[in-house]
Amino acid sequence: MEIERSFKVNNSLGLHARAAARIIELGKHFSARLYLRKEDTEVDGDGILSILSLACTKGTTVKARINGEDAEAFMEALENLFVNKFGEKL
Amino acid sequence: MTMENQNENRELRGIPVSPGIIIGKAHLVDRSRVKISYRYLIKSEQIEDEIKRLNDAVAAMEDRLSEIKNRMPEKARDHSYILDSHMMILKDSMLTDSSIEKIKKEKINAEWALKKSFDEISLIFSQIDDDYISRRISDVEYVVEGVLRNLSGEQQQNLNKINERVIIVARDLSPSDTSELNIGKVMGFITDGGGKTSHTGILAQALNIPAVVGLESATTMVQEGDLLVVDGNSGKVTINPDDETIIFYQEKQLKDEEYKSSIARTCHLPSVTMDGHHVPVRANIEFMEEITAVRDYGGEGIGLYRTEFLYLRSKGMPPEDELFENYKEVAELIFPDPVTIRTLDLGGDKLGPPFKTTDEINPALGLRAIRFCLRETAIFKCQLRAILRASIYGKMQIMFPMISGVQEFLDAKTIFDEVKRELNEKGIDYDREMKVGIMIEVPSAVTMADVLARHVDFFSIGTNDLIQYALASDRINEHVAHMFQPFHPAILRMIRHVVLAAEEAEIPVALCGEMAGDPRCIPVLLGLGLTDLSMNAQSIPMAKAMIRSISMKEARLDFLKVISLGTAAEVHEYIDQRIKTVFPEAIFAENGVRRASA
Repeated sequence: MEIERSFKVNNSLGLHARAAARIIELGKHFSARLYLRKEDTEVDGDGILSILSLACTKGTTVKARINGEDAEAFMEALENLFVNKFGEKL
Repeated sequence: MTMENQNENRELRGIPVSPGIIIGKAHLVDRSRVKISYRYLIKSEQIEDEIKRLNDAVAAMEDRLSEIKNRMPEKARDHSYILDSHMMILKDSMLTDSSIEKIKKEKINAEWALKKSFDEISLIFSQIDDDYISRRISDVEYVVEGVLRNLSGEQQQNLNKINERVIIVARDLSPSDTSELNIGKVMGFITDGGGKTSHTGILAQALNIPAVVGLESATTMVQEGDLLVVDGNSGKVTINPDDETIIFYQEKQLKDEEYKSSIARTCHLPSVTMDGHHVPVRANIEFMEEITAVRDYGGEGIGLYRTEFLYLRSKGMPPEDELFENYKEVAELIFPDPVTIRTLDLGGDKLGPPFKTTDEINPALGLRAIRFCLRETAIFKCQLRAILRASIYGKMQIMFPMISGVQEFLDAKTIFDEVKRELNEKGIDYDREMKVGIMIEVPSAVTMADVLARHVDFFSIGTNDLIQYALASDRINEHVAHMFQPFHPAILRMIRHVVLAAEEAEIPVALCGEMAGDPRCIPVLLGLGLTDLSMNAQSIPMAKAMIRSISMKEARLDFLKVISLGTAAEVHEYIDQRIKTVFPEAIFAENGVRRASA
C-alpha cells in the first residue's frame, strides 16, 4: 500500500537536525518506507542528511509518500509530529 | 626578562563569552581540516577487509559518541540532541552506505571513500539557501573526522583524558568537544572562531568556565604548554605573561573568586537600599536562551527584550506566528516576572531588499527603528499583532524605540490601537491593560519629556544612543570615542529632566543601557530617581549588591553633589572616591562589566 499526504512545516526552525531526528526515530517503528518530497526533489525519509538537504524552512510544504504494510499508521504518527511541531520548545 | 620566547607577554584580544580569570598552561586541540594521510587503490580480494575496517571505525565512533553523551554534565543535557544527530549522521546512508559502495565499485581505501562521500554531502549542503541548515555541514565534518582518525589509528584527542589542569586552545570547539570537557581538568578555553552568541559561549557559561572566542590567531600564536592568562571579563588573553602581569592577574583572580562566592550567596536577595527603597534590577536580553542566566543572576524580569534577532536570522520577514511563538515563550519563561518588549529597532539596511536603502550617508540618523516601522506599516502591524497575542501568556509591556517627539508616538499608538481593534473583530484575546511606553534616546524626546509623559505609560532611557546623539560622538569611531562619556554632566542633567517629567506624571522611568550595568553609576542613578534598572544579566549581581550597600538618602546627596559639577572628569573623580569607601569591590569590577548595546 502506498499513501501520500502533504504537510506544512510549522515549527520555527524548519526541518532542522532535531526535527529530522524525530522523523527518523519514528520510522524505526514501522516497516513501511518514507520518502519526502519538496518541489521536484524526493529523498529518503530515513537519513538525517537527506532530510536536511531538502532545506525545509518554516512554511515549506512537504509531500510525504509512505510505501508498505503499516503505511497508514506511519502516516498518522508522522502527521502528529508535524502538527505538534516536533515537540519544539527552545 | 628573558629573550627565550618571542611571544613573551604577548596580548590577544577576543570576545569574552564567559566571565572569570584563569592562569594556566595551554593545551592545543587540533580540530583542523580533515587530513587524509593516504589514498590508495585496493585489490578485489581486499574489498571485504576494507569494508570491515570502515565498519569498525564507524562502530568505534559510535561507542565514543554514546560515551560522551553518558558523561555529559547534568547542566549540558539540553545539548545532548546534538550528539543524537551526530549519531544519526554517522549511520546515515549518504555517508556510510555510500562509502561502502565506493569501496566496492571504485576499489579505493576506506579513508578515500569516506572523504569522497563527505565531499558529495558538502556539495549538496553548500547549495542550501538556509544558513542554519547549511551550517550543519560542520556536524558532518566532525563525525567524518572522528571516523578518519579511527581509521588511521591515530589517537583520538580525547579531551577527557587530559590529566593536567589546562586551558584548551582550539580553532573552534564543537558542542561535543565542549560537553566532553572534564571540568575538573579544564580551566578555561579560547578559540580562533566563534562570536558572542556561539554555542561554545552559552555552554561555557552553563559550565562556569571562563572563555574567550574570536581571537582569530590563538592556535597559531600559542604553543603547547605556553603559560596563558585568560580574562573572560575583558576578552584579553596574555601569552607567556611576565611576572608583573601574573601577579596583577592573580590578585584580580583572587578578588574575582571571593567576589563570586559572596555574590552567589547574595544575588537572590532583594535589591533594596539600606533605607528600604526597592529598585528592581532587570535584564537586557536578545535571546530566549539567556533567560536561565537572568534567573541565575537574580534578575527581576526583563527590562529590555530586543526583538531584532528573528528579523536578522531569516531572509524574508519572519511570519507572525513565528514571532508570536517566540514572544509567548519568553513571557511564559520569565513569568511571574515581567518582560518589556521593544519593537523592531532596525533600519532597512539590515533587512535586505526590498527595504534596503543605499542612499543613507548617516544611517544612525536615518530611516530606522520607529521611523522605519511607521513607513513599513505592514511589518510593524505584524509584529504588534504577535506581541498582543503573546501578551496574555505573562506580564508583558511594550515600548517603541527612537521616539523623537509626541507626534511620532501618537502615530505609533494609532497603529497599535488599530491592531487591537482588528484583534477584537476577530475575537482574538490579548492583554487589554498592556502598558505602552517609549525609549528615551533622542535628545528631542528628553526636551519634550513632560508632554510625552502625559501620553505614555512609562519611560525607558536608552543611554547608549542618548549619549551618542547628545554628545554627537560615535563611540565606535576611534577618533571621537573618548568623547562618549556616560558621566558627562549633560547626560546626568538630561536623565534628571526625564525623571522629573515622569515623577510629575506619576509614571515609572527605567534606565536600560550599559550605564545601568556599571556598578559605579548606581548610586548616582538611584539618586537621580530612576525607578527601574535594566542591564546585562551578568551585571545584575554586582548591581544588586551595590544597591543593598547604599541608602537612598546618601544616593540623593551624591546626585546633588554630582549634578553641580562641570566636567565628566570631576564626576568620575567624585564617584570613584565615594565608591572606594562604600563598595570597594566595584573598582576591580571595572573591566568586568560586559559590553552591551541597548
